[in-house]
Amino acid sequence: MTIRTGDISAMVTDMPLGLPLDLSVIGAPWNLPPSMIFFAGAILLLLAPRGWIRTLILLVTPAIGAINILSLGAGDMWDVQIGNLELALYHADRLSLLFGYIFHVAAFFAVIYGLHVKDKVQQFASLAYPGAALGAVFAGDLLTLFIFWELLALTSVLLIWARRSDRSPGAGMRYLAINVVSGLLLLSGALIMKSQTGSFEFGFIGLGGLASWLIFLSFGIKCAFPLLHNWVTDGYPEATPLGTVLLSAFTTKVAVYALARAYPGAEILIWIGALMTFFPIFFAVIENDLRRVLAYSMINQIGFMVIGIGIGTNLALNGAVSHAFNDILFKGLLMMSMGVVLHMTGKIKGSELGGLYKTMPVTTILCIVGAASISAFPLFAGFVSKSMIVLAAIEEGYTFVWMVMLFASAGVFHHAGIKIPYFAFFAHDSGIRVRKPVPAGMMLAMIMAAGACIYVGSSPGLLYSLLPWELHYEAYTLTHVITQTQILFLSAIAFGWLMMVGLYPPELKSTNLDADWVYRAAGPRLVRWLSGQIGYVNEAVRTGTRDQLNAMMEFLNEQAGPQGVLSRAWPVGSSAVWVLLMLVAVIAFILI
Amino acid sequence: MSVTNKESEKKYLLDRPRFARGLLVLFLLVAFGTLGLDLFIERHVEHPFERLVGFYGIWGFVSCVVLVLAARKLRNLVMRDEDHYDD
Repeated sequence: MTIRTGDISAMVTDMPLGLPLDLSVIGAPWNLPPSMIFFAGAILLLLAPRGWIRTLILLVTPAIGAINILSLGAGDMWDVQIGNLELALYHADRLSLLFGYIFHVAAFFAVIYGLHVKDKVQQFASLAYPGAALGAVFAGDLLTLFIFWELLALTSVLLIWARRSDRSPGAGMRYLAINVVSGLLLLSGALIMKSQTGSFEFGFIGLGGLASWLIFLSFGIKCAFPLLHNWVTDGYPEATPLGTVLLSAFTTKVAVYALARAYPGAEILIWIGALMTFFPIFFAVIENDLRRVLAYSMINQIGFMVIGIGIGTNLALNGAVSHAFNDILFKGLLMMSMGVVLHMTGKIKGSELGGLYKTMPVTTILCIVGAASISAFPLFAGFVSKSMIVLAAIEEGYTFVWMVMLFASAGVFHHAGIKIPYFAFFAHDSGIRVRKPVPAGMMLAMIMAAGACIYVGSSPGLLYSLLPWELHYEAYTLTHVITQTQILFLSAIAFGWLMMVGLYPPELKSTNLDADWVYRAAGPRLVRWLSGQIGYVNEAVRTGTRDQLNAMMEFLNEQAGPQGVLSRAWPVGSSAVWVLLMLVAVIAFILI
Repeated sequence: MSVTNKESEKKYLLDRPRFARGLLVLFLLVAFGTLGLDLFIERHVEHPFERLVGFYGIWGFVSCVVLVLAARKLRNLVMRDEDHYDD
């Protein structure tokens, strides 16, 4: 039943894609690698002298990109030779195309969302960063993947620094350092692999030697594996409103893609994924910054995908990638709605918000659509993808993992489905009244994302027709609908009950320690302690040596100095006697 | 300034007790409705646990209570000042 070995690329079906708009007839010579269109747009944007020209470039680039990718389809193109290196810029099958399509959608939504933003840095990143993501999912070899892997980090950190707050430089630097390390691990693994196999080709890798583990770890960092996850929860909430929307869409999803390509069926992923669905929800319940709650929630959602990749059956893999597809939509929508709250009120902490539904009713409803989608309510996006992974786990006999997933599903509903809308828009009335209208672009982007969530959730046919592996699956069976509704409604009752009896942890101004404590507090402290110790040892060695030298100098001075025994003037007579005695001693020694 | 302070005159939707109560009743109806349906409908069962009537609802409820109680404990362990790292 399970597929644990074999070339995943070969297993990806090559059935025609069920796109509503087939532009493959165009196939014109103007086609470009998808990433290059976005990079060209980003560079043009930097050169553009006026604001309206930049806006035009922002809008046109994803549109051209969309026509480009719809007319490209599957196949291998643009193997570029640079010196001794060959870079494979476009190796596309249904797996990479699925991510390619949704990345275009996400980039377009983000551009619309950021139409009011006049900051050139953010505008540049909102084209360059999706460009890097597209480059990575179409990379045919590990070296090309590495280049775009690092570009992902370099272009996206701009979105954290662009916040220009007290915290953003530090958060950005930590984000960058961890992501660059991930890239270096990938490069090391790739170089070892090249020396062993003679090729950089990127396909099924599977866990084996050192190289495969290095690459696995590299993907794991970008995928926010447990203990390697804090760059997400540390960095994302410090970005600008537009920045967090963009960040939530690309980097981790590229990592999910890479895992699905290289390590499908690696059983360890099931357990890593189960842990990922499990531990972040506890942090999410007590976290005060609502965008950080969503960052924790994102790790939880990626956990479901990682489980799916680990199970490795067609159903599970399809579930994993379609959940990534949907997560881009609903997590994007939730981040958008929280970005609007931050943009309009300047606040994002649960303890400072509440009652916003009174003056932001449309944003409230759109946020609830996102919340329903991430909670996998029937008719909303999450329902049609998560159920595949859950079903696959039962089918393959992973009862424990299945129970953990159900626990995590209830938990998601709790912290993302209820907590986010509740503390921002309802709860106790913070007295904040928003008088200005939400910027039109922000509103339009939220409406489009919400529309997409409902569309995919209520008629999943299009999504299913794009899935990489063969699929025989019906999301809307009576059983699925009833069981899922039961979980959600009883979880909601639990929330209400816990609120009523005062057991629910209130939103408090706080920082919660997590694994990042190791490098944010313990590491620096250790370095300070070590440098203190080194200073101490250094001082001891210096004074010790100096004292020894001084003592020696004094001794020598005593012996050989002007007043010393050895410097005394000896009379000639006594000297002759001494020489004679020594001569006798030597002769006696020789004779004996 | 896009943010002004609370005013007292306007009543909003959830300030009306009848609306709020109606919403709650509707919600409870659906919740217990899905549990009730379990008695009448032969669900497709993959795992023996699922045979239990209301299994999903019970597990959902238990999960949430455990989650929140554990999170309260976690808070005792990891919660620090808001500017803990900003020294």
